[in-house]
Amino acid sequence: MNRPIVRIYVLVLLLLATLVYFTSKWAVFDAEELEANRDNRRPLIEEQQIPRGSIATADGVLVAESLPEGGGRNPVYVRRYPQGSLFGNPVGYSYVEVERTGIELSENDLLIGEENEFATIIDQLRDQQPEGANITLTLDSEAQRIATEGLQSAISVPGTGAALVAIEPATGAVRAMASIPGFDPNEVQNPENFKALTGDESAPLLNRPTQSTYPPGSTMKVVTAAAALDSGEFEPSTVLNADSPKEISGVELQNSGGQSFGDIDMTTALTNSVNTYWAQVGEQLGADTMVTYMERFGFYSDPELDYPSDQMAPSGVYNSDGDLVREGFDVGRVAIGQGGAEGQLLATATQMAEVAAAIGNGGVLMKPTFLQEAKDPDGRTIEELGGGDEQDRVISEESAAQLSEMMTNVTREGTAAGLSVAGVEFAGKTGTAEIDLEGTNQPWFIMFAPTQDPQIAVAATVERCQGCFGGEVAGPIATQVAESLLD
Amino acid sequence: MSARNRELLALVPVAVLLIAGFTAVFITRSDEIGDLSLIYGGYFFALCLAAHLFLRVRLPYADPYLFPLCALLAAIGLVVIFRIKDDLAFDQASVFVLGLALFCLTILLLRDYHVLERYRYLIAIAGIVLLLGPFITRNEVNGAYLSVDIGPISFQPAELAKICIVIFLASYLAEKREMLSVAARRIAGLTIPPLKHFGPLLVVWGAAMLMLVFIRDLGSSLMFFGAFLALLYVATGRLSYVLAGLVLFAVGALVLGSNIAHVQDRFDIWLDPFARNAPEGAGQVRQSLFAQADGGLFGQGLGESLLKLPGPFAPDCQQPFPECGSILPAPHTDFIFAVITMELGLFGACGVILIYALIAARGFKTAVMAPDGFSKLLAAGLTAIFVLQAFVIIGGVTKVIPLTGVTLPFVSFGGSSIVANMILLALLLLVSDRARRPPPERREPEVRGIEGMPV
Repeated sequence: MNRPIVRIYVLVLLLLATLVYFTSKWAVFDAEELEANRDNRRPLIEEQQIPRGSIATADGVLVAESLPEGGGRNPVYVRRYPQGSLFGNPVGYSYVEVERTGIELSENDLLIGEENEFATIIDQLRDQQPEGANITLTLDSEAQRIATEGLQSAISVPGTGAALVAIEPATGAVRAMASIPGFDPNEVQNPENFKALTGDESAPLLNRPTQSTYPPGSTMKVVTAAAALDSGEFEPSTVLNADSPKEISGVELQNSGGQSFGDIDMTTALTNSVNTYWAQVGEQLGADTMVTYMERFGFYSDPELDYPSDQMAPSGVYNSDGDLVREGFDVGRVAIGQGGAEGQLLATATQMAEVAAAIGNGGVLMKPTFLQEAKDPDGRTIEELGGGDEQDRVISEESAAQLSEMMTNVTREGTAAGLSVAGVEFAGKTGTAEIDLEGTNQPWFIMFAPTQDPQIAVAATVERCQGCFGGEVAGPIATQVAESLLD
Repeated sequence: MSARNRELLALVPVAVLLIAGFTAVFITRSDEIGDLSLIYGGYFFALCLAAHLFLRVRLPYADPYLFPLCALLAAIGLVVIFRIKDDLAFDQASVFVLGLALFCLTILLLRDYHVLERYRYLIAIAGIVLLLGPFITRNEVNGAYLSVDIGPISFQPAELAKICIVIFLASYLAEKREMLSVAARRIAGLTIPPLKHFGPLLVVWGAAMLMLVFIRDLGSSLMFFGAFLALLYVATGRLSYVLAGLVLFAVGALVLGSNIAHVQDRFDIWLDPFARNAPEGAGQVRQSLFAQADGGLFGQGLGESLLKLPGPFAPDCQQPFPECGSILPAPHTDFIFAVITMELGLFGACGVILIYALIAARGFKTAVMAPDGFSKLLAAGLTAIFVLQAFVIIGGVTKVIPLTGVTLPFVSFGGSSIVANMILLALLLLVSDRARRPPPERREPEVRGIEGMPV
């Protein structure tokens, strides 16, 4: 009778081995697949049990908070945005149903407490429920409100948008970032609302200041001037003939209103935004030099901003396939912020604000950032901005000073003479880019103020504006935002 | 070292596991667990020591590892139940008092367990009545008849019935095995016993099929019929019986199973729990797999996995956790193995399976060493049905076979299971003590003839 007993034992071992095989299948080999299964709510529930950190502006206005829902000992936390659509962009949203975007995504690790290096051993041993850090942004609620309302009132064609970015030149702190049309992040949680928002042709979920690229028009002349001065090939006093029209790349180029200026120097050419002068500068510098300086300003790559990379677009010369090109384009027209069939210059508002900020900061571009400070729930500071991080020295201090003076002349007696910022001297440059649609322009204004000791740099633009000019439409919004940010 | 000293030494890992497990759970869940509940572990270990002392006196030669291995399983179960809900650990530890009382009573009353052979038909009838009890009292839970409610206590009679059936089969087969294996005719290569002996086997098969019809539970009938086939094989040594039995069971299960909606559903769920039109109940198998996926190699750690649904996800909860508000249904009973995998990982789960393999080794060794046919069959049958039960529930939880609501022996929360398995263990130890007892020393020296041949 003993042999069958031993055989049965072997059979039992085989059965138990089958159990081991299947357990390892579920626990290890198929685990990822099971975790991704759409019936599996575990990852979602775990995520919702973490109280996310709050988000506030630099002036202490609460932008996002997590509130317990369901009560009891086992609540889930749901995001609320007390400021509604004012900060929908760039803060974004964070909901289990629609995932997250914007600052909610880029600062997610801080907000859910994952990078909390200061957690004590005791905390880890007791396995306290993770709690996110509270974040203070560099954004200012008043400037954000003025920017949003200003842009909103500038919209003339239904379904079009506008963008504004304000950066502190010395630190890179983003003080305002407005995108029109906006959305209320509280609404996004509802799947039907979300569907409507994603299907909306005016693209309210798009964060235009970082994602939308437009022809920068004459604001680009600042970049061309920076390249001209810093390369040593031009002085502010360099004289060129600026009659209209002038043949650029074999095609005639007109000045605004067909006006001929005769022989003028560079300062005059910037003050009056003379196309034919700057196109010749571009041609003399050549594509290589232009691209070199553009890259120093941050063109040709995403802004080095703490923001999701799929919500940022690089500025630069794009060919008709939508690819960035560094040569073979009409450099004369790129130098005045336009382009041609071989390549069209396109730039984001963030990029143009960085241009103004770099010049205002003595030629040094600081990395733009949203994060002023992050504190863990016990009030310990985990991260703070401090003096900011340098991205690149774009041009020499001397060139920056020369350019600053030239841009100040624009607001004294040039295309922006009608604008003012709290009675201080400031530097600016208007832009009015032609776009293919008849009768509509892309008005721009970039600036920094005050000229002496710049504290704020702004870039503002409006899409497809009917008969608009940069100095008249974009300028007043930018200067109002700057004014609110000057102490 | 004597058997009992080895047993005492083998209880050390049980104590270590209890202390470490309770401490770990207490630390991670200190916000919801009272300090007092830490003593449940000590309470349980005191019971283990009491049982050991009792064995020292009454069964000094019994297998030294069977009891510590079962205590180890119970300790793992207690720690996991403590993690699920601390109050339940108190109930579980208390049930061990009753289980231990019956354990001792069994050993005291059955000084000579051969007395069971005399009452085998009575025991068989008792077993069948127990099995049909839930059907008679019409107590349907999740489509199957598995428990009887006596006042506030819910009792699962199948747990006790399995012991009765094994005792009957062991006794019956021990007597008839000669005829079954010898007086056989061969027809077309198959060994066919005389019909009058084959009859009782058909009766058992019929009983298993009836079980399927009445209690509607494929797993239990698989467990019973599997133990029966194992005993038949041990008794006769003929694989042809086993094969015939398997074919009979498969045919019966297919025919009956496809006609009983509940069994059919379980089968469909087993084939594809993720199907869009999977029957109700597929959700619990899915949750079981999801929970195991959370475990990985080393698990999330005791007390650290996601077990409770947060408030808003379980708005209609009237009953306390874990009856309601648990992501994994029945985490303390049917799906306790999934909780073990989730918290202790593949390694922890394999550890548990290994303990069952070791218990099987000791149980079958007892059967091999047993002096007579009934003892061998009894030990082999009890071991087989014990391990098969573990296979049926772990197999259900890991989707090896369709899911059936039986308990994981010694680990799952539940009174009847603990009590019945304590009795089963007592019987195994009784057989083992008899088997390992040294022969009484003879007074006069053996008279030997030339070349050592006995005269």
